[in-house]
Amino acid sequence: MTTPAYPELNYLNATHGIRSWLLTKDHKRIALLYLISVTVFFGLGGMFAGLIRLELTTPAGDLLAADTYNKMFTMHGIVMIFFFLIPSIPAILGNFLIPIMIGAKDLAFPRINLLSWYIYIIGGSFTLYAIVVGGVDTGWTFYTPYSTSASNTNVLPTGIGIFITGFSSILTGLNFIVTIHRMRAPGLTWFRLPLFVWAHYATSLIQILGTPVVAITVLMLAAERAFGIGIFNPALGGDPVLFQHLFWFYSHPAVYIMILPAMGVISELVACFSRKPIFGYSFVAFSSLAIAVFGFLVWAHHMFVAGISPYAAMVFSFLSFAVAIPSAVKTFNWAATMYKGAIWLASPMIFVFGFLGLFTIGGLTGLFLASLGTDIHIHDTYFVVAHFHYIMVGGAIMGYLAGIHFYWPKITGRMYPEAWAKFSALAVFVGFNLTFFPQFILGYMGMPRRYHTYPPEFQVLNVLSSAGATILAVGYSIPLIYLLWSLKYGKVAGNNPWGATGLEWKTQSPPLTENFTETPIVTEEPYDYARQGAHVG
Amino acid sequence: MVQQKESVTLGMWVFLAQEVMFFGGLFMAYLLYRVWYPAAWAEGSQELDVMLGGINTVVLIGSSLTMAFAVRCAQLGQNKATRNWLLLTLVLGLVFVVIKGFEYYHKFEMHHIPGADFVFHGPNADQIQIFLSLYFMMTGLHALHMLIGFGILAWIAGMAHKGRFSPEYYSHVEMAGLYWHFVDIVWIFLFPLLYLVDRVHHVG
Ligand SMILES: [Cu+2]
Repeated sequence: MTTPAYPELNYLNATHGIRSWLLTKDHKRIALLYLISVTVFFGLGGMFAGLIRLELTTPAGDLLAADTYNKMFTMHGIVMIFFFLIPSIPAILGNFLIPIMIGAKDLAFPRINLLSWYIYIIGGSFTLYAIVVGGVDTGWTFYTPYSTSASNTNVLPTGIGIFITGFSSILTGLNFIVTIHRMRAPGLTWFRLPLFVWAHYATSLIQILGTPVVAITVLMLAAERAFGIGIFNPALGGDPVLFQHLFWFYSHPAVYIMILPAMGVISELVACFSRKPIFGYSFVAFSSLAIAVFGFLVWAHHMFVAGISPYAAMVFSFLSFAVAIPSAVKTFNWAATMYKGAIWLASPMIFVFGFLGLFTIGGLTGLFLASLGTDIHIHDTYFVVAHFHYIMVGGAIMGYLAGIHFYWPKITGRMYPEAWAKFSALAVFVGFNLTFFPQFILGYMGMPRRYHTYPPEFQVLNVLSSAGATILAVGYSIPLIYLLWSLKYGKVAGNNPWGATGLEWKTQSPPLTENFTETPIVTEEPYDYARQGAHVG
Repeated sequence: MVQQKESVTLGMWVFLAQEVMFFGGLFMAYLLYRVWYPAAWAEGSQELDVMLGGINTVVLIGSSLTMAFAVRCAQLGQNKATRNWLLLTLVLGLVFVVIKGFEYYHKFEMHHIPGADFVFHGPNADQIQIFLSLYFMMTGLHALHMLIGFGILAWIAGMAHKGRFSPEYYSHVEMAGLYWHFVDIVWIFLFPLLYLVDRVHHVG
């Protein structure tokens, strides 16, 4: 096999100059704009996390004052959720891949796509401003009436930032829905779509139907804070629990905005590296939609101790158990796909195994929290913190990294050093477990979240957790180095370095601006690895 | 071209679904407090000028009609008529917003704007402040949508003036129409919910 040549003309060098990037309508370039800005926010959020873990190495509050600590975990949550996790996979990988996967030249509305990036940047600037001038301390949940009438921190600019950024997410979802409906190549029926596309379709539905609700909620909160009206303030006849209902109506489904795209990535990779068609294609596809629908019916499980009626609590508890079913359907189908497959342990697949392990633990511990009795015991403890980090960091970020590694050769046309990538995957997995598993135990023993001090008997587990965070930071940092290194020194990847199926691997890497020289016509079923064999190159 | 038009139509409907959820949060708050504070809701509703609200409802329904004519004329490629219907729609919209402005100004004079300057006498003052907060947010956001609509109408009317529409190319007008009708429909819900609460028990 000869080394493939790096394509002379591609989307990266089609036009030159900073203007050609900032005014681009190419979905692939917009994806890279997102990649850069999302990575900056990830670094910022990670820095806050580092300070939190540093403070918690000792029982006394010796590094950060209580107020500062409150700001740290608040800004960690806000930055990571609204500016990293929610845009990460959809706005980067989804943006880059969906048009190519469906054989289109671009998204349905390229200009709206660029607009959504600018909206993201404007929203991000408001939030950065809030951080620079002193930060916020309400927790990322902005519970009223603290956020509206007590906190003296920068709630308004942060809220405005989140309000604005929400529309970036909405426009991305809108673009994806229309693109997937209208722009598929001839022969690419719904049931020939890659599962990555199905996952993003489901995600987009949540973005469209959920995000506006949090937007209007934040707007009410801002009005209440700015003008002193009492919609959520019990002292003026308002209802703080209404705020929680509205907030979680979005913010529970938001978890699926983070995890569904990761599941889409996993489906692609499991099939590719097992060299088998995905087991139960339609079950995996419909389970994404089921998650999107059920995800809207469980929000009050965040409010079991907020004084909602026991009957409502029972219904929401039951529905929260039910939403685990489609996730389990996916997991079992992935396992069945791998069963008797010729598994290739390439670095992206190591990240996939990391995802499967961590997501399973995160999902199963969610059931403890969905149970009314146990939830009262572990509510607002580190058990909750550990649980959602297993889903959102262990699941979503593992999936994100798996996807970035898998598609990096397509995005840049070059390979990264495989050994370093495997090392990074391992460091992330080990570091992650060391960081967050002790927190399950701490939470079960009763350590509450959101305090900067704790009794001395909790120190050993907290030190373990902080040590793990250090390893995790290393694991996250190395890819930054070798991926940048690969841009110049990486081996030329060729069209299809993994021998994968799908239209995205039939075009050159990096692709042309118009993706394909002529509109592809699809005649194959998805994941036809049996017929195609393992042709690499 | 056909694919482009279908995409734009679908995109518009998805956008409107988003809009429904956006207003939905406010309707949820309205529903909760209406159930909690029925007396305050009835009393607060009396503070609104049902006459002006009623006139505005008629004006807005009229503007939906003129908008529909504009779409029809665009489909037939009659650019001049399209332009005129669009401008008439715009004028009716302006009438609505001006009347709304008078209503707001009256509230300002009465110190009925929620917040620091809010003055209301009676046992239900706090609850009525919530009613009026929701009134201002709901009608305010609705008015903001109308203002955005003015921009769209002016832009599309400009295109019609230049003779850009034909039986093959009119989706701009159609989309503006969808948006405008949506804004009207929101008002059709707002008017009875805000102005006509329990009015039957207070007439005379
Ligand atoms: Cu939840």
